[in-house]
Amino acid sequence: MSAALLAGRRRLARTIPRKYVPVLVTAGLFAAMFVAGGVRYRGFADGQVVLNVFVDNAFLLVVAVGMTFVILTGGIDLSVGSVVALSTMISATLLTGHGWPAPAVIALVLAVGAALGLAMGAIIHYFEIQPFIVTLAGMFLARGLCYTIGTESISITDPAFTALAQTKIRLGGGLWISPSVVVALVVVAVAAYVLHYTRLGRDVYAVGGSEQSALLMGLPVARTKIAVYTVSGFCSALGGVLLSFYMLSGYGLHAVGMELDAIAAVVIGGTLLTGGSGYLLGTVLGVLVLGLIQTIISFEGTLSSWWTKIFIGLLLFAFILLQRLIGARRR
Amino acid sequence: MTAPRPILRMSGIGKEFPGVKALDGVDFRLLPGEVHALMGENGAGKSTLIKVLTGVHGVDAGEIELDGRPVAFSGPLAAQQAGISTVYQEVNLCPNLSVAENVFIGREPRRLGRIRWKEVRRRAAELLAGLDLDIDVTLPLSSYSLAVQQMVAIARAVAVEARVLILDEPTSSLDTGEVAQLFRVMRRLKEQGIAILFVSHFLDQIYEISDRMTILRNGRLVGEYPTAELSQVELVAKMIGRELADLEELEGRPPARGGEPLVEARELGRAGAIEPFTLTIREGEVVGLAGLLGSGRTELARLLFGADHAGTGSVAVAGRPAGLRTPRAAMGHGIAFCSENRRAEGLVPDLTVRENLILALQAARGWTRPLSRRKQDELVARYVSALNIRPADPEQLVKNLSGGNQQKVLLARWLILEPRLLILDEPTRGIDVGAKAEIQRLVAELSDGGMAVLYISAELEEVLRLSHKVGVLRDRRLVAELENDSGLTTEVLMETIASGARS
Repeated sequence: MSAALLAGRRRLARTIPRKYVPVLVTAGLFAAMFVAGGVRYRGFADGQVVLNVFVDNAFLLVVAVGMTFVILTGGIDLSVGSVVALSTMISATLLTGHGWPAPAVIALVLAVGAALGLAMGAIIHYFEIQPFIVTLAGMFLARGLCYTIGTESISITDPAFTALAQTKIRLGGGLWISPSVVVALVVVAVAAYVLHYTRLGRDVYAVGGSEQSALLMGLPVARTKIAVYTVSGFCSALGGVLLSFYMLSGYGLHAVGMELDAIAAVVIGGTLLTGGSGYLLGTVLGVLVLGLIQTIISFEGTLSSWWTKIFIGLLLFAFILLQRLIGARRR
Repeated sequence: MTAPRPILRMSGIGKEFPGVKALDGVDFRLLPGEVHALMGENGAGKSTLIKVLTGVHGVDAGEIELDGRPVAFSGPLAAQQAGISTVYQEVNLCPNLSVAENVFIGREPRRLGRIRWKEVRRRAAELLAGLDLDIDVTLPLSSYSLAVQQMVAIARAVAVEARVLILDEPTSSLDTGEVAQLFRVMRRLKEQGIAILFVSHFLDQIYEISDRMTILRNGRLVGEYPTAELSQVELVAKMIGRELADLEELEGRPPARGGEPLVEARELGRAGAIEPFTLTIREGEVVGLAGLLGSGRTELARLLFGADHAGTGSVAVAGRPAGLRTPRAAMGHGIAFCSENRRAEGLVPDLTVRENLILALQAARGWTRPLSRRKQDELVARYVSALNIRPADPEQLVKNLSGGNQQKVLLARWLILEPRLLILDEPTRGIDVGAKAEIQRLVAELSDGGMAVLYISAELEEVLRLSHKVGVLRDRRLVAELENDSGLTTEVLMETIASGARS
């Protein structure tokens, strides 16, 4: 029987390129979790449950998109959570304290995030310092800057922000999403296009595959590496704006540890931490899996929310082992 | 005969690295439609000249003219755009990307910034078909053999309007058939008027393919010669700056040995790596391993060194069963392994020659018993001169040494430990004739001194010259064990490799 199983697996391996396996595993996991939830809990098997996962995690999705770019080059960005917090803080203080108009605030916040990313990318590339250390410094810096603005939570009362926070886009059949979800999905679509149909995107994969080779092939390695951290900084700032919509407040303790959630989502989505292999669709699925775990735990009712962390931890172990196995067989 | 105008002319090139004068007043010219061999021992300055030409390093003196105009490239990209493409010894492509993408990345056909994937695939397939390579261009590069990857690298190099193609030791990991295919491609490119700069350590290949050659020694120009007018012996003499006589010394066969069995492997094997084999290595005996790339030579060696776990069988060292579960255990039994991957495994580039040499010995002694500086200097001086490591400066950083000299440093590090069995995996690959002869002589001396050597090499002549006994591998199986008697020739060996048995 095992021989038949093996032959079946080989047949499967022939029809599905190995590079898609991690994404398919994540997709299968998501489907299995959804079905299991539907069987176990009343009212779980509802389209709105999935949409709520999107609504509650739109900001994480945007941040994880930026993280995907960075990890695809073989780097890491630990500063994203702090940049998210800084973005909510800048938004809140300018809107509430200084009465700036919402579009100007959003533009400034996005510029600040991108500039921070650009600076970190430049340091990483030109001084040849480990991304881990540089973005760790960026993480402390951005988090610290939050407290120079204020140590208390600042609530946002700007009409444009509150309107965006409360708007429900009806999809018919009682289903709805928030404007943030639309923003997040547009970001995913644009990012996927960039990764697969532009030179920048392909250079990202090439640098992740072998930086040395990319250099010798005459690819703009410096520009690519700096660009991914800029993209990540920009995405973090945008994630911060979306989080401001969601929370309607700015606070230095927002998004503590979000960088780890983002990294977890990217890894569960099948992107190799060593770079060069992975898909944005995987990242989307990774965020959905994380969100669905939270949903299941809230449906369960009796479990503490810390169980979320335990499940995420176990999943990460499983996926890292899976990547290892796939990588080992490739060799 | 009027010579055509050179496409490339380098004159008076000088380049200095900290403590090393890599190039000194070197002239070089390349004519369109020729294959030009750049010859020299390791450390003669071949790689540096290529790197200076392609803008990896700046020049300290002299100038470069391309097509009559002075140029100074800021990097490989600029050189490539000017029509100078390079294919390196190690395939410098991205294994995670598809074949088609590797050919075109950086200059994909686009419409409004959007990459036209169909066009990329179609043109890549066309280009590779032009090089007699019919493969699925959508698969990742890593799914193909090194030879195919090399061809893809060449396809990439000529996909731009290349006028000068630099091939830096492209053949060192290819088998005979693959080399022939590469040469077909090179001849075709030559007909198209592309100037090819070719670097290889295989003299036969140089004579087969090249039209002219430029010889370097110790960073200086020796001369430029038409290949047809220079015999191999003259060439070697010019490269190493001395007569061949001392290279011929080793021509005879080594006398047979009757030492005690040192390492006995019984039915040792590992699923997927090598079928169970039985092999006895005696004291003072050189056992050669012959076989094609991927026939299991390295796998066999790794099992003996404990680098991989054996699935079956047992090993006895000096008559007593030994569990060689880890390299550390193997080292404890006096087994040393000099791997073929010298750059990735072994040397610490930022330490000096002395520090690299002492590393293994110090580790074996334990850090609580440091070697005195005097003892270190003594040992290092002995091995630097015994192996003729150049420059003979123990305080030079290893990264400033050429490939062949780095190999000698690695070898010396193991020799300092005075192992009983030394496993050498392709110790002479990518090394020039002079250094090769030195290493071969050293192996012979070591075995005279009672050390057992397991010698892995793709070059059958070398295996025959050194070994008392030759193990032949084929398809991950030890198919024959031949005494090196008068009846054993390279033809017999080749036949054995091909057929799997001595006829």
